[in-house]
Amino acid sequence: MATVTCPECEAQIELEAGTEVGEIIVCSDCGVDLEVTALDPAAIQLAPMEQEDWGE
Amino acid sequence: MTTVSIIGGSGYGGGELLRLLLGHPKVEVKQVTSRSHLGEYVYQVHPNLRKQTQLKFSDPAALEPVDLLFLAQPHGQAQHNIEQYAKLAPKIIDLAADFRLRNADFYETWYGEKHAAPEWLSKFVYGLPELHRAEMATANYISGVGCNATASNLALLPLIKADLLDLSSPVIIEIKVGSSEGGAEGNSGSLHAERANVIRTFSAFGHRHTAEVIQEMGVKDVSLTMTAVDLVRGVLATAHAKVRQGVATKDLWKAYRAVANENPFVRVVKEQRGIYRVPEPKILAGSNYADLGFELDESNGHIVSMCAIDNLMKGASGTAVQCMNLMMGWDETLGLEFAGLHPI
Repeated sequence: MATVTCPECEAQIELEAGTEVGEIIVCSDCGVDLEVTALDPAAIQLAPMEQEDWGE
Repeated sequence: MTTVSIIGGSGYGGGELLRLLLGHPKVEVKQVTSRSHLGEYVYQVHPNLRKQTQLKFSDPAALEPVDLLFLAQPHGQAQHNIEQYAKLAPKIIDLAADFRLRNADFYETWYGEKHAAPEWLSKFVYGLPELHRAEMATANYISGVGCNATASNLALLPLIKADLLDLSSPVIIEIKVGSSEGGAEGNSGSLHAERANVIRTFSAFGHRHTAEVIQEMGVKDVSLTMTAVDLVRGVLATAHAKVRQGVATKDLWKAYRAVANENPFVRVVKEQRGIYRVPEPKILAGSNYADLGFELDESNGHIVSMCAIDNLMKGASGTAVQCMNLMMGWDETLGLEFAGLHPI
């Protein structure tokens, strides 16, 4: 199981078995979207997130 | 079972404490005292406890010895009777402000009167487990915590612990509070006509809970500004400060994550999507969690650190039960597992 570091908050994230390049995962600590860019070795980068109006 | 009694059980803090203790697996509540409600069933004052207990309010003069005594009286009473209470129980947890401050002069500065039992101040451990967990394991006497002080101290804790603040700049803490902070006695300001829909800054600075922040965080230049809002339960502390030069968002994540990992009731709430992106007291009603969040303006080092709690739980009775668990060597979370409600 590969572990990657969130570029936003530096949380350690374990990639699940079967994760594919191009897949979008979510950091469990800070909630950013992350794109898996490589698997050997594993690498991720911030994925663009849609800005939402959250009611304010 | 460990036997406990509550002195002064008719207020909101006492009622919340009783609710928690009745559901606690290692505790038997023997007596709950109230002079004003003597002889009444406790559920007649705390209606949520109907069918939970048949206890009636007792006379304080008829208290019997127990393993642990909770004091939930209005501020200023316990210090006059502490010698008597200590004869009734080897362990005491006081929810009021009588024994929160370590220094008698400091107490007089903030409370405007001399302490009636200054020799007892050093015997009490300040009652916030996130700051004094190890001392509580061997303590016989634990103080209460101010609800606003708790929200403020926890908002600052990751920053102070990791030494990230530039303390040459002041720390300003804006606090929004619900009406139950005012207690069950009521006054003209708590009439529905006056309190409903309110956003009222009732203390710009000088609030007594400031003393607990100075004492526990070691921050001298700190102000708490209190604003009453249209909530029954809840406190939101929003602290403004400066971080040391070079501190970045990643450093803050590390500091906040460390505090959350060390403390079962502290959570970091800093979400990128959805409605609940920052700490909010609304979803904490009845739970013992303290939710922390932060935002940093990296261009000038201005940090906004937030802490939301339920004032009657993490800010009073929930923390008191957590202190009991630590004092007795039990799992810290025992009897405090309720996660809160959503929606509410």
